Amino acid sequence: MLTFKRTKLIPGVDRQLLVRDATKLMPDLTRRRFIAGGASLGALTLLTGCDVSDSASAESLLTKISKFNDAVQAAIFNPNTLAPTFAESAITRPFPFNAYYGPDDAPNIDGKDWKLEVRGLVENRKSWTLDELYKLPQEKQITRHICVEGWSAIGSWTGTPLRHFLKLIGADTRAKYCWFQCADMDGYNSPLDMATALHPQTIMAFKFDDKVLPRAYGFPMKIRVPTKLGFKNPKYVVSMEVTNDYKGGYWEDQGYNSFSGS
Amino acid sequence: MSGTTANPSGNLSGVKSADSGSRKILQPAWVRIVHWVNAVAMVMMIMSGWQIYNASPLFPFTFSRSITLGGWLAGGLLWHFAAMWLLMVNGLVYLVLGLATGRFRKKLLPLSARGVIGDAKAALTGKLSHDDLSTYNQVQKLLYGGIIVVGILIVLSGLSIWKPVQFQYLTALFGGYDVARYVHFTCMALIVGFLVVHVALAVLVPKSLRAMIIGR
Repeated sequence: MLTFKRTKLIPGVDRQLLVRDATKLMPDLTRRRFIAGGASLGALTLLTGCDVSDSASAESLLTKISKFNDAVQAAIFNPNTLAPTFAESAITRPFPFNAYYGPDDAPNIDGKDWKLEVRGLVENRKSWTLDELYKLPQEKQITRHICVEGWSAIGSWTGTPLRHFLKLIGADTRAKYCWFQCADMDGYNSPLDMATALHPQTIMAFKFDDKVLPRAYGFPMKIRVPTKLGFKNPKYVVSMEVTNDYKGGYWEDQGYNSFSGS
Repeated sequence: MSGTTANPSGNLSGVKSADSGSRKILQPAWVRIVHWVNAVAMVMMIMSGWQIYNASPLFPFTFSRSITLGGWLAGGLLWHFAAMWLLMVNGLVYLVLGLATGRFRKKLLPLSARGVIGDAKAALTGKLSHDDLSTYNQVQKLLYGGIIVVGILIVLSGLSIWKPVQFQYLTALFGGYDVARYVHFTCMALIVGFLVVHVALAVLVPKSLRAMIIGR
C-alpha cells in the first residue's frame, strides 16, 4: 500500500477519492467500440427487426446523426446567449479536480518558461509570456461548469476575454475554429467554433477564485467557456491555432458531440 | 354533422350494441403507429439514459451494463440524441392528433377522484370488467392521462439539462440544473413503473394487445 504525502491538491479533498473519480474517466479498451455488448441489444434487435449489434453500421449511422445534430444546434441556437452568473456564495467548494488522469499526473508547468504559442490565420504570430498576458485587461465571472458526465459545479474564473486577444493578434475571425493544444499527458486538444470564441464570456482564465489558477485547475491558462461542456474548456493550454480546418479533439475523436454547447 | 350519420372514419364510439363489438376498431391506425414507434424510441431513450446516468450517478447505484445502450458515456449520448428525434417528432404527432381528433377528450375525460378510488377498489377485488375495451375505467384514465403529462415533463426536463444556457428560464423553472436532473430521472422511473404495469396488464388481457396490433 502506497502512503500518500498528505499534501492536498485541493484543500479538503482526499487525494484517493480524486484518483478514484479520475480513473472512472480513463479510456478503456471497449470504449472505441461503444456498440459492443450484444446482449444488451437483444431487446432492441427484436423491436426493430434489424441487427443493431452490427456495430460498424450502427456506429457510422450514429456518427452521421451526431454531425447532423451539431449542424442543427449551430443553426437554431443563438451563439451569443449569455450563461447565467451566480453569487460568490454559490461557488462549489472544494471545486472538483477532473481529468482523464489522476491529480499527480496533472502537468506541472513552470510559469517562467511557459509561452503561449499562436499559429494559423493571425497577423502577429509572436509567442506570449505569462507576464505579457497578465497585463491584458481581465474580467471575472462566476458561472456553472457542466461536465458531459452530468455533474456540475459553480466556479469563479478571471481572465482576458478571448475576443479581445483575437483582435490584438489580428486573427481572421471569419475562420471557423480556434484550435487549442494542451500540455496534458497524451496531448489534449479541442476545437472551439469561432462564434463561441468571440462570445463575451469566453475568457483566457488566469485565476480561479481570485487566486492564480492552481495546477489542479489548469495552470497557467485555461480557456473558460461557460456556454460549452467542460471538455470544451481546455486547461494547461500551450498553443492556439486559428484555422478553417476541423482538426478534431481528444474527446471529440472518441465520440463526444463536437458542438456540446449548453 | 348529425350524430346519427354513419361515420366511415372508424369512430364508432356511439355504437353500443354487443353484436358490433368484434367489428369495432378499438385503436385507429394512427394510434397503433405512434404507439409502437414510441415503444421503440422509449426503450432506446431509457436504456441509453441509464448509460448516461452511470457516468455520474445521482443515487448510490448504477445500472448493469447488460441493460444499458451505448457501451460507455459517448455511445450512450449518441444513442440518446439520435433517439430523441424519434421520441419528440412522434410525441408531437401524438399530441396534435390526440387533441385534434378529440381522442384525449373522449378517452380520458371525465375523471374524478371518487371514480378513481372506486375503480381501483374494484380492480383490486377482481370486480372490474374488461369486456368493453373501448372505454377506459377511471384508473386507466388517470394512468394514461398521467403518463402523457410525465412524457411532456421528461422532454422539458431533458431539454433543460441539455441546454441550461439556451433554455435557462426553463432550467430555472425546474429549480436549476442539478434539480432538473432529478426531475428527469424521476420521470424515467415513473415511465418504467408504468411500463411494467402496462405490459403486465397487456399480457393478462391479450385482446388489448391484439387491438394495439391489428386494431380490433
